[in-house]
Amino acid sequence: MVSDNETQDRIVNLELELLLQAIQQQYDYDFREYSRAHVKRRVLHYLNANGIPHISELQHRLLTDEQCFRKLLKELSINVTEMFRNPSFYKTIREKVVGLLKTYPFLKIWHAGCATGEEVYSFAILLKEEGLYDRTQIYATDFNGDVIKKAKTGSFSIRNIRDYTSNYQQSGGKESFSDYYHATDNRVLFDKSLSKNIVFAEHNLVSDGVFSEVNMVISRNVLIYFNRELQNRVLNLMDRSLVTGGFLGLGSKETIMFSDIAAKYKAVDSKERIFKKIHV
Amino acid sequence: MSNQKTYEAIVMGTSAGGLSALKKMLPGFPADFPCPVLVVQHISPQSDSYLIKMLDELCPMKVKEAVDTEQIESGTIYFAPPDYHLLVETDRSMSLTVDEKVNYSRPSIDVLFETAAEAYGENLIGIILTGANADGAVGLLKIKNYGGYTMVQDPNDAENAVMPEKAMRMVLPDQVLTIDEMVPFLLKMNYHASEKESPDQVDQGKNSKKDNSDPG
Repeated sequence: MVSDNETQDRIVNLELELLLQAIQQQYDYDFREYSRAHVKRRVLHYLNANGIPHISELQHRLLTDEQCFRKLLKELSINVTEMFRNPSFYKTIREKVVGLLKTYPFLKIWHAGCATGEEVYSFAILLKEEGLYDRTQIYATDFNGDVIKKAKTGSFSIRNIRDYTSNYQQSGGKESFSDYYHATDNRVLFDKSLSKNIVFAEHNLVSDGVFSEVNMVISRNVLIYFNRELQNRVLNLMDRSLVTGGFLGLGSKETIMFSDIAAKYKAVDSKERIFKKIHV
Repeated sequence: MSNQKTYEAIVMGTSAGGLSALKKMLPGFPADFPCPVLVVQHISPQSDSYLIKMLDELCPMKVKEAVDTEQIESGTIYFAPPDYHLLVETDRSMSLTVDEKVNYSRPSIDVLFETAAEAYGENLIGIILTGANADGAVGLLKIKNYGGYTMVQDPNDAENAVMPEKAMRMVLPDQVLTIDEMVPFLLKMNYHASEKESPDQVDQGKNSKKDNSDPG
């Protein structure tokens, strides 16, 4: 029984490896250096939910049907996000970073892996309240074009708005949160003045390069899905994009410690994972 | 224990009542306990690192929060961070994710147990303690199916019997024990350090405890 399981496991792992190769060759998305335990869970979940018996069958469908691939891509995207996620992160930005950003006449901020955009709009609100929005260009990117389209609309489910309001208040928000959106039956639509300086674009951290020099990179809970080697490569990409003196804001369990850019940065706030680039 | 099988890791899951159960149980492991212990305790997303600091004070073993991509080491008790799932990779490193909740929980016991079963196979011990929902039952079944050893806290001994009972409905565990019986029983089992670790990581005593603070 044990050896049956081991054989079965070996086959599934091999099929998964082949699937990821096939996806890379056919669609240019490379998941081979993602956390394999995570990818395996998501792929098996997808099989289960769609009644597909094994990964090889899924591979054939993916190769012949792009819609099938788009659906799997959604499964492999990180769709869990919220406005002002971890309010203390935003509070610390207000307290320790905004003052330095104010010394620049013009700012570029890159939000890498923005998913459906909740955190981008959060950051736009913060910048507006701090008087920085009008001199800022925000690039909000994600590898999944479908979520970018959603992010562009600035329309979110009303279901979570109470939590978002509470997060906003804890993050040091200065206004009434409801001033930023119009509520309809089940949606909230954020004010167009928040998105006018945001460029939403498709960008894949694994395969695409630097597209602009920026003063701040925000990428939260994206790196944790990569293995250590890929994390290092992506951190190098972010580093190449950042000006000296620029800031890097990561998710609460992400670190630059294991990467080879670590020595160029100092922690502005180590708990909130906000770093400043101090050397070229 | 009837055969010569040896174990490389212990995974544990608990929710309601877990804190006092863990406070009773974890200090019983000696500093040189020859394998790692990975724990999912359902906990509020906002909770700070107080629990870990407190348990690290109480326990001879090193207690720390699991760090993404870090290699799992013997002699260490790892806790899944609040609001993150903890996964074990086949190279015995750890991954964290913020994926959807599983069984209304993040961290989820099933996520840890299922990935650990794949990484450690028959060399894994899975333990369900007190708790108020069904998380962990499916994961415990997977450990069993992979030939691992399964233990459940006696529902009569548990502050909240739901989680042990749900687990026992899914799996016929190898042992049902009270919290006080758990560690003495575990200390009699056979262990060997994972072959993917260097030998000097095995006998890490209290004196060599490293800094428990998060990496910056």
